[in-house]
Amino acid sequence: MADISNNFVGIKSPNPFWLASAPPTDKAYNVERAFKAGWGGVVWKTLGEEGPPIVNVNGPRYGAIWGADRRLLGLNNIELITDRDLHLNLREIKEVKAKWPDRAMIVSLMVPCEEQAWKSILPLVEETGADGIELNFGCPHGMSERGMGAAVGQVPEYIEMVTRWCKQTTRMPVIVKLTPNISDIRYPARAAKAGGADAVSLINTVSSIVSVNLDDFSPEPSIDGKGSHGGYCGPAVKPIALNMVAEIGRDEETVGLPISGIGGITTWRDAAEFLALGAGNVQVCTAAMTYGFKIVEEMISGLEAWMDSKGHRTLDDVIGRATPNVTDWQYLNLNYVTKAKINQDTCIKCGRCHIACEDTSHQAITNMLNGERHFEVIDEECVGCNLCVNVCPVESCITMEQVPAGQMDARTGKKVVKKYSNWTEHPNNPSIVAAE
Amino acid sequence: MAASAFEKRMRDGVAAGRLKSDELKNNFNDVHPPLDGHEALVASDRCYFCYDAPCVTACPTAIDIPQFIREISTGNTVGAAETILEQNILGGMCARVCPTETLCEQACVRELAEGKPVQIGLLQRFATDEVMTQNKQFFERKPTTGKSIAVVGAGPTGLACAHRLSMHGHNVTIYEARKKPGGLNEFGIAAYKTVDNFAQKEVDYVTAIGGINIKYNEPIGPNLNLDKLRKDHDAVFLGMGLSGVNALGLKGKEPEGVMDAVDFIAQLRQTKNKGKIAIGRRIVVIGGGMTAVDCAVQAKLLGAEEVTICYRRGQSQMNASRYEQELAATHGVIIRDWLQPQKLKTKSGAVSGITLEYTHTEKKKLVGTGETITLEADQVFRAIGQTLGDENSDVLENELKLDHGRIATREDGATSLDDVWAGGDCTNMGDDLTVTAVAQGRDAAESITKYLNA
Ligand SMILES: Cc1cc2nc3c(=O)[nH]c(=O)nc-3n(C[C@H](O)[C@H](O)[C@H](O)COP(=O)(O)OP(=O)(O)OC[C@H]3O[C@@H](n4cnc5c(N)ncnc54)[C@H](O)[C@@H]3O)c2cc1C
Ligand SMILES: Cc1cc2nc3c(=O)[nH]c(=O)nc-3n(C[C@H](O)[C@H](O)[C@H](O)COP(=O)(O)O)c2cc1C
Ligand code: SF4
Ligand code: SF4
Ligand code: SF4
Repeated sequence: MADISNNFVGIKSPNPFWLASAPPTDKAYNVERAFKAGWGGVVWKTLGEEGPPIVNVNGPRYGAIWGADRRLLGLNNIELITDRDLHLNLREIKEVKAKWPDRAMIVSLMVPCEEQAWKSILPLVEETGADGIELNFGCPHGMSERGMGAAVGQVPEYIEMVTRWCKQTTRMPVIVKLTPNISDIRYPARAAKAGGADAVSLINTVSSIVSVNLDDFSPEPSIDGKGSHGGYCGPAVKPIALNMVAEIGRDEETVGLPISGIGGITTWRDAAEFLALGAGNVQVCTAAMTYGFKIVEEMISGLEAWMDSKGHRTLDDVIGRATPNVTDWQYLNLNYVTKAKINQDTCIKCGRCHIACEDTSHQAITNMLNGERHFEVIDEECVGCNLCVNVCPVESCITMEQVPAGQMDARTGKKVVKKYSNWTEHPNNPSIVAAE
Repeated sequence: MAASAFEKRMRDGVAAGRLKSDELKNNFNDVHPPLDGHEALVASDRCYFCYDAPCVTACPTAIDIPQFIREISTGNTVGAAETILEQNILGGMCARVCPTETLCEQACVRELAEGKPVQIGLLQRFATDEVMTQNKQFFERKPTTGKSIAVVGAGPTGLACAHRLSMHGHNVTIYEARKKPGGLNEFGIAAYKTVDNFAQKEVDYVTAIGGINIKYNEPIGPNLNLDKLRKDHDAVFLGMGLSGVNALGLKGKEPEGVMDAVDFIAQLRQTKNKGKIAIGRRIVVIGGGMTAVDCAVQAKLLGAEEVTICYRRGQSQMNASRYEQELAATHGVIIRDWLQPQKLKTKSGAVSGITLEYTHTEKKKLVGTGETITLEADQVFRAIGQTLGDENSDVLENELKLDHGRIATREDGATSLDDVWAGGDCTNMGDDLTVTAVAQGRDAAESITKYLNA
C-alpha cells in the first residue's frame, strides 16, 4: 500500500492534505472536526496584529458561479482575515496542537509592513508550539487597501524584506503565500527565495467580480446595493494555479523551492496533478466549504489507490514528475500529427462536434451520410485541434489518434516525419530567415 | 343500515359511487405533476443543445426544443413559451397529452445515451403554464385582409388553423356542432392528463388574439352544407374529427351495458361529480389504442374491481405505446392479447359477460383458432377505432374525395376542392394525435393564406 505521509520543509503530517487558511480553520471547533475527519494539517486562518480585531461585513460575503445541476464551480469572497481576538486564537492554536501532535499546524500571519509589527507577533506564535508560519501576501481585497496582503505580494522587494525579517526572528519554517494577481508569478517567488523562505504556497484568491444583479445593478455579493471586488477560488481557478506552480517549479532561479499547491483542489485527482507539477503538498479551501470535511476521505483513498495502481510507493515518487514535461510552445514537436476519431458505437448523435467544427473551426465533421444523421471526421480537413473532444458530451467517444510516422496526413498530403522538429527550426519562422 | 365503504365498492352490476369523493379526487389528479422552478432548472440542465436536434425532427409541430430548454435554463421562461407557441399554439395541451415516449423524448439523444430522455414534455408545460397563468400574449393580428374563412370544428386542428389565419389578418368563423369548444381536448383526453378545466382555459388563451368567432350548436349537415360554406366564405377548413365509432360487428341487438369508450370518457370529462358516474364491478374493454387504455384506466380509477383490455393481436402491435401499456398495468388493468369478441352473454337484458375467441396469424392474416374464453363483465366498452360518422360522411361524400373513409388531403391540407382544406383526425393524413392535428391546422392556414394572396 502506498505511503502518503508527508514531510514538507520538515513539517510532518500523515497525509499531504492541509486545509488552507480560511473559514474552515478559523477556530478550534472547526480545526478539531477537520482533524477528526482526517485532514493532515491546517493553516490557521490569518491572524492580524494585536489590538481590536478587524470587522467583516454583516451582509453576504460570498458569490458564486455554478455549472450544470448547480454544481459550485467558482466561489468569490470578500471576507477579511480573522475577526477574532489574537490571544483567543493563539490559545486555541496551542490547545489543538497539543491535542493533535501528529498533525501539521501552520499559522498564517498578516500584519502591517513594518519590521516591529512582524517581530513582535512571531514570539507569540512560536509559544503555541505551531510547526510553521505562512505569510499571507495574497489577500486581494480589504487588506490590500490597508497596505497588507496582496499590496505586499505585488511588490517583490517587500516580499523579500518581510520574509527576511521573519527568518531572522523565528526558528519556525516560513512559507510565503503568493497572490496570483500579478503578471508573472516567478518574480514574487524569486523574492521569497531571496528573503530566505523555506517554501512558497499558491495561489491565494484571484481578484474578481463574480456577477452583477440585473435588478438593482449591484455587483454580487451585494451589501446594501453596492459590491466590492473579491477573491475568486474553487474549481474554476485550478488551471491558473497549476500553471503558476509549474512556472515556479521550472524556473531556474527557484527550482527546488518547496511549493504548497493551492487552488481549486476538489478531488484526489486535482491533488495528484498539483503534486505531479511539483507541489510538495496541497491545501484545500473551497471544496471543504462546499462539501464539508468528509471529502478528505475520498482524497486519501483515491490518491492511495492511484499510487498503488501505478506502483508509486511514496509521494516523492510522484512529486514533480510532470515538471520536466512542461515546456515552451516553440519546443513542441510539430511532427506530432493527430486526427480526431469518433467511435460510432458510443456516439449519441447530438451533433455538437459537427456544429462546433463547422461554425467555428475547420469544417471537418460530417452531419450526414447517405441521407442519415451521421457524424464522422473528414481526415482531409481535420487539424487535430481537440475542440470536438472537448464539446462531446460522451466521455472518450471522440479520441485523438496519432498519425504514425510514414503514413500520409490526408490534410497536407505529406507523409508524417518521424523526427522531432519544432518551431525554432521551422522554415516559416522569421527569426531563422533573419539569421540566414 | 347504510352500506359500508367496502360494500359500496364491491356492488355487483353497474353502479355509481363506488369510491368516496376524496378517493376520486385523489385518483383523478394530474398524472404527471408539473415541475416546480427548481425541478425545471435541473431538468433543463440535461439538454445538450443538439445540432439539428433529433427531438425537433420528431415533434410534428417542429418546436425548437433545444432553444426553449436553453431559455428555461437561463431563467427566460417567457421567451421559452414564445418559442413553443410560435410553432404550436396548443403547446400547453400538447405538453400534457403528447405521447412523448414515442415522439420527441424517444428521439432525444439522452434516451440513447442513458435511457433517460430530457423531460421535454414537462419542461414545455412549465414554460407554457407560466405565460398562460399570466395571460401573456405573443401574437398580434396583421391588418385585416377582409377575407373570411370558415373553419368546421373547434378541436385542436380547427383552433390551430383559426389562430394562424387570424395572425395573417383574416376573419374566421368556426362552426362547432357541440355547445363547447375544444374537441377531444374537452371531451376525449383522459381526465388525469388535463385537470382544472385546462382545455377551456386554453381555448380562451388561443382565441384572445381576436378575429375568431365561434358559433356553437352549428353542425355542418343537411342545413348548412359545404356548398353554402364555400359560397359564404373565401375558403373553408374542415377539422371535424371523427364522430362515429366502429361497431363490434356481433350478431343481434346489443344489450344494456355495452357502450362506446369515447362516450364514457366524454361523460366522465363533463360531469361535475365523478361519484355520479355508474361503472361496473367487472369491465372488459375491446381495443388496443390510446382510447382503450384511457377507458380502462379511468374505469379502474372510478372504482371498478377488475378491468381487462382484450386486443385481437399481439401486445407489441397495440397502438397504445409501451408507456401507456405500463400506465395501464400499474393501475391494475389486465391486458390480454390475441382475443377477438365472439358473443355477448346477457342476464335480464343486461350484459353479464363476453365470449372471446383466441386468434393467431396465418400467412399474415388474423384468424380465429376456434378456442374460446368467457370473461364475466357488467360492462363492455368498444374502443376499436373511430370513423367520420354517418352524418359527416353523407355531407362530404358527394363533394369531396375520400380515402379509406377519411378526407383525402395533401401535405398542406389541400383537398380535391381548390377552396377547401382539411386537417386533423378527419383526414387521411391524420395520426390520431393532438399534436399532428395542430400541425395540420397551422400548415393549412399558411396554405390558405398563400392561396388568398395569390
Ligand atoms: C379517448 C381519446 C383519448 C385520446 N388521448 C390522446 C392523448 O392522450 N394524446 C394525443 O395526442 N391524442 C389523443 N387522442 C387523439 C386526439 O384527441 C385527436 O387526435 C385530436 O383531438 C384530433 O383533433 P381534431 O381537431 O382533428 O378533432 P377533434 O378533437 O375530434 O375535434 C373535432 C371538432 O369538430 C366538431 N365537429 C364534428 N362534426 C362536426 C360537424 N359536422 N359540424 C361542426 N363541427 C363538428 C366536434 O364537435 C369537435 O369539436 C385521444 C383520442 C381519444 C378519442
Ligand atoms: C472565505 C475565504 C476566506 C479566506 N481567507 C483567507 C485568509 O484569511 N488567509 C489566506 O491566506 N487565505 C485566505 N483565503 C484563500 C484560501 O486560503 C485559498 O488560498 C483559496 O481559497 C484557494 O484555494 P481553494 O480553491 O481550495 O479555495 C480565503 C478564502 C476564502 C474562500
Ligand atoms: S451559512 Fe450559516 S452563517 Fe452563513 S448565511 Fe447560512 S446560515 Fe447564516
Ligand atoms: S459530440 Fe460526440 S456524441 Fe455528439 S455527435 Fe459528436 S461524437 Fe457523437
Ligand atoms: S435531443 Fe434531447 S438533449 Fe438534444 S436538444 Fe433535444 S432535448 Fe436536448
